[in-house]
Formats: sequence, C-alpha cells, structure tokens
Amino acid sequence: MTAVQVTLKLFATLQDYLPLEAKKTNALALELEAGTTVQQVIERFGLPQKLCHLVLIDGAFIPPAARATRALQAGETLAIWPPIAGG
Amino acid sequence: MAWTRKILRVDLNNGTCKSEPLNMEWAQQYLGQRGLATKYFISEVDPKVDPLSPDNKLIMTTGPLTGTPASTGGRYSVITKGALTGAIACSNSGGYFGAELKFAGWDMIIFEGKSAKPVYLAIENDKAELKDAAHLWGKTVWQTEEIIKKSHQDPQTRVCSIGRAGENGVMYACIVNDLHRAAGRSGVGTVMGSKNLKAVAVRGTQGVSIMKDAKAFMSAATAAKKVLAENAVTGQGLPTYGTQVLMNVINEMGALPTRNHRDSQFEDARKISAEAMIEKRPSDGKSHLVTNAACFGCTIACGRISRIDETHFSVVNKPEYWGASGGLEYEAAWALGAANGVGDLEALQYANLICNEDGFDPISFGATVGAAMELYELGILTEKIIGMEAPFGSAKALCDLAQMTARGEGFGKELGLGSARLCEKYGKPELSMGVKKQEFPAYDSRGIQGMGLAYATSNRGACHLRGYTVASEVLGIPVKTDPLVTEGKADLVKAFQDATAVFDSAGVCIFTTFAWTLADLQPQLAAACEGDWTMEKLAAMGERIWNMERQFNNAAGFTAKDDDLPPRLKTEPVKTGPAKGLVSGIDKMLPEYYQARGWDANGVPSKETLKRLGL
Ligand code: SF4
Repeated sequence: MTAVQVTLKLFATLQDYLPLEAKKTNALALELEAGTTVQQVIERFGLPQKLCHLVLIDGAFIPPAARATRALQAGETLAIWPPIAGG
Repeated sequence: MAWTRKILRVDLNNGTCKSEPLNMEWAQQYLGQRGLATKYFISEVDPKVDPLSPDNKLIMTTGPLTGTPASTGGRYSVITKGALTGAIACSNSGGYFGAELKFAGWDMIIFEGKSAKPVYLAIENDKAELKDAAHLWGKTVWQTEEIIKKSHQDPQTRVCSIGRAGENGVMYACIVNDLHRAAGRSGVGTVMGSKNLKAVAVRGTQGVSIMKDAKAFMSAATAAKKVLAENAVTGQGLPTYGTQVLMNVINEMGALPTRNHRDSQFEDARKISAEAMIEKRPSDGKSHLVTNAACFGCTIACGRISRIDETHFSVVNKPEYWGASGGLEYEAAWALGAANGVGDLEALQYANLICNEDGFDPISFGATVGAAMELYELGILTEKIIGMEAPFGSAKALCDLAQMTARGEGFGKELGLGSARLCEKYGKPELSMGVKKQEFPAYDSRGIQGMGLAYATSNRGACHLRGYTVASEVLGIPVKTDPLVTEGKADLVKAFQDATAVFDSAGVCIFTTFAWTLADLQPQLAAACEGDWTMEKLAAMGERIWNMERQFNNAAGFTAKDDDLPPRLKTEPVKTGPAKGLVSGIDKMLPEYYQARGWDANGVPSKETLKRLGL
C-alpha cells in the first residue's frame, strides 16, 4: 500500500488529543495508508464522536454521513472542532 | 406585563426630565427594545435629519425581559440615526446597565435636543435629573465611571458613558457601560457626544416583579435555561472558548478577510486565536486569558477577561493597563488583527483596551486602519501624513494609531472619520470595505455568500448581528447550508433577519439563538407580557420591525444602490482556500431577496407587504 502525507488539525478542547509539541500549532503531520478515511483518523486518535462536530478537509465541510467513506488524499488538511460558535 | 410602562423623556435644551406612560398599543405591536424604541424614534424624528443636529434623538431602551430572571436578560439598546451611516442605528449591549435601568422603573429614556454645556443624567428610581458634567468632559470612560460612582457614594450605581472619542467626533464612537460592554456600532456615541451628554448613571432598587403570570414565567425561564445548559455550544463551547474560537475556523474556510480584504486567509490567524489566548506566554508564564465572564442574568458567560503581557512594548511603561480587563472577542481580534495583517495578540489587546477606555468601535476602527494601511502601501498616504510608517502588519502603528484616535491627535482625527470618508478623501472610495459607510465585520462575503447579502441589506449598514447566517453556513445551526453558493440565501437571510429582530426586542442576547429558537423564547414572553404572544404574532412582528426600519432608511434617502458591496468583493476572486476563484454573488441574490421580502425592484416595500404587516 502506498502512503499519503496529510495534516491533522485539532482545535479547542480537541487539541488535548494532540502530542504536546503539536499543540503549539494545533497541527500534526501524518503519514496514512492510502484510502484511510476521516472516520478512521477520528478513531485512531480516540476523538469522542460527539466532539467531532465541525469537520473540514482543506476548509470544505465534510457532512457526518461522508466521514466513513471520504478517504484523505495526499497533501490534504483535515481539521476538526467540537461544537463551538462565535459572533 | 414585564414593561414598567414608564418612559423618561429628557429635554436637553431645557434641562428637564419628564415621566410619561408607555404606549401600550405600540408595545403590543413592537414588544420592546429595538422594535418599540424604533417605532418611537421614527414617529418623532424626520428621516432626513442630520444625525449630529439637535433634532436627532437618542433612545436608550430595555426589553420586557430585561432585568427578569430570563437567561441573558440584561440587554439594552441605543436607537438613533447613526452618525457613521446616516441610517437607522440600533446598538445592543449587555453588562448590567440595562437591568439597572429597569430596576429603577424605566422602559426607556428618550433624549432630545442638545445641552448648552456638558451634562450627565443621574437616575435613582423615580428621581431623574441632569447634572453638570464639566468635570467629566475630557475624561475616559473608565475615569468617568469611577468619578461618578465615588461622587454618588454608591458602588452599585451603573454607568454608561462616552469617552474622548465621542467628545471628539470619532464617527464610530460607542457608548460603553460597565467598563467594557458597549453599544458599539454606527456611531451612537458620536450622537450622544453631539448632545453634550457625557453619561447616564442609574441606580434602581425596585426589581422587576411585574409578570403577567409569575409562576408560568419562572417555569418557562427555567426550561429555557436548561436548553442553554444542555446545548454543547451555549453550555460548553462559548463559556470555554468565547467567540474567539472562530478565528481558526473562518481562516481554514478561507473566509477571514485579511489586509483590507486583499486576502481571505491570514498566515498568523492561529497567533491571535482563542487557542493562543490560553497558552502560557514565554515572557511571564501566564496565559493571556484570565477567566470568562457573564452579563446580567446570563447562563452562557461567553465574555473574555484577559491580562496583557506587562513586558509588551505597548504597555511596558503603562502599569494602568496591566490589570485584567475585557477582551478579546472574535470581532475585535479580527478587525484589529487580520484586517490589517497584525499577528501580535498583545498589540490587539492593547488597541482593544484603548477602544474600551475611550469608547470607539474596534470593528470600524480596525477596518479603517486596514484601509489606511492599504492607502499607505499604494503610496497615497505617506509617512509624513500619517506621522509614522504604517505598512500592513505593523503592530506599532496599530497601537499608536489607536491612541491618536482616542485623543483626536494628528492622523487619528482622520482615522476617526471611518474608512468610507477616509478613502473618499484620498480619492479611493472603492477601498472602503463596508456597506452604507459602516465597515464589515469578520466574514468574507465571497467565502460565505449569505453574509454578503446580509451585509448589503442590513438596515444599520454592514453588520453580522442583523442576520447571522454564519450560524447556518458555517456552524450548521439550525441546519447546515453550503457557504459557497447563492441558492437559497435570500430566504435564509430574511429568516435570520426577522427572527433576530424579535430577540433584539425582547431584552435577551442574540447568542441564545445558538440553542434557542423562537419556540424557546415565546413561552417566556407569553408568560411575562400582557397580551397574546403567539409564535405567529412574534414572527409577523419580526418582519414588521425589519420593514419599519427599511421604510425609515428609504425615507432618509437610501435606495437599492446602497444595498451593494464594494467592487473588490464582486470582481477580485478569492486567492486561496475553498472559496478560491469566487466573487460575491450579491447581484444574483439581491433581486431574489427583494422578491422574498415583497419589495419592488427598487427595494421599496409594496403596498400589499405594508398592509400585510400593519404598517
Ligand atoms: S452570551 Fe455573552 S454577550 Fe450574551 S449575555 Fe451572555 S455573556 Fe453577555
């Protein structure tokens, strides 16, 4: 299987699931097996499902139903937030 | 009947204060606060009035739920014709001032005329009098509050006031209450300053026990609080991270206006985000954020209290700024930061402190600095004119310019004009990023299409708080819509605008709508307020208020041409991120919106629409 390089970004309370060094940037470089889905990354990092509220790949929204099938492509950035809002 | 049924009319020409009964017929049609006070305003003021003439009036108003145990029930609004915009202005503030005004027994205060010399209004329950403010003129908001509290010998007195910005004619001056809460936008503080009115000090001990059905109200308020507590956004997200948590979200989405909207992503967004605010600083090992804070009766508590880094260049010799104080909220952090390319969190906090201390809107100020920096980069403004180098990204320029604007010194006077007048003066009107002379807040209309329409049609000029479709387009509240398309946005914007008008007329905070719908507000109003407050009645009222404001603006001289975005957003595509290649689809959305509203092609409500709404 070929590998793909991607970036995982976790924000707000989810940043606690990042290694210490990565917390400074909220970003972690990852090497994934080709075909790894969003849902598999969520599970690998032990992120509670209900905290994975806003999921973006390269800034575009990934609906909950697509997480299990959407595979990450080389160079993409997966960013995840818990339920948040602002004004 | 959660109204006190009393209005205080203050004639600044003659120095008199008079009590009069609230028009209860209007209260049944317009509820309170934004709706009801706007009804009073447009019934009494010529739409063509010069905002800074004595003939303009200024109303401070509560809602029926202000001062009650309803969650967030501490809001008050200021209604006037905006100095910055020349349009109807309605600026809403939290803190404690609004509830205290209600406790003193007043639904609203109508200020008319102009005082010959500086005065402030002192209210103690039924007693109201204008007092000499010669000793307060020239003082900051913070000094004014301290002096008034000392002289009244009552620390529980609540004060709202203008700072030096409002005295000096900064066109986007605010009225600040409780040190760092503000009726912030459209220059309501400028109007207050033009009337020689420095402050209002109020002490009320009467409580608000005038419910239609107290038992039903308490149970409705308790149920609604449970909804807020159990909702992940209002129960956890907002109290923990505040509004600032949006910085990285909007940046990832490519909708964070950067360097006067030249770019839509800011390379230093993370450095000025909520995540950065909780990090320990290398200089002193402390985090910027000290704690969260709540306005009166609020069970959300989104407010931020921060402490600036004492070693930062802006405050190193100014210990008066070292204490914990309000900020940063998302809008201020964006306008002072990304909008002019400054990624120094401490500099943003300093500029924000100055905005609070001297009472001017950090959104309009920050965005005006962004426009000035672009004019500087183009060589139109020079080091000589500004008095310093001011390229995009200069934290030093931001801090110095904030101070100069507060004091009305040098180029600060020109920044006080706001971006529209500044850019016009230097021959580049197209570089002002705003609508109806009011600067945009923190969302790029090209990456969040609905917001472009919301800005263009906002009755008080560019504003996110008149129809916050970000909730739907970004956060999925109540349902997720695609931010990159124009389809469906006309109806979405209308729905948000009308519902917001109801919340703004009730006395509660718009942030409740991250968890509440009208169905959560309605039982509270129905139990508190005399009359039959059904969902249908409230929905119709929201639309009525919107159309009433629109009629005022049309009569003031605004036309469909003013419902537009700057050329940059219509012709310069986004360079990076998911919205890459897009411009705003405002020209497509606007006719759809007029149609959804029942307005003609010129944006004028049709006879049928007015009739349907009882206008
Ligand atoms: S949600 Fe925030 S702004 Fe609204 S009333 Fe509560 S603390 Fe104030």
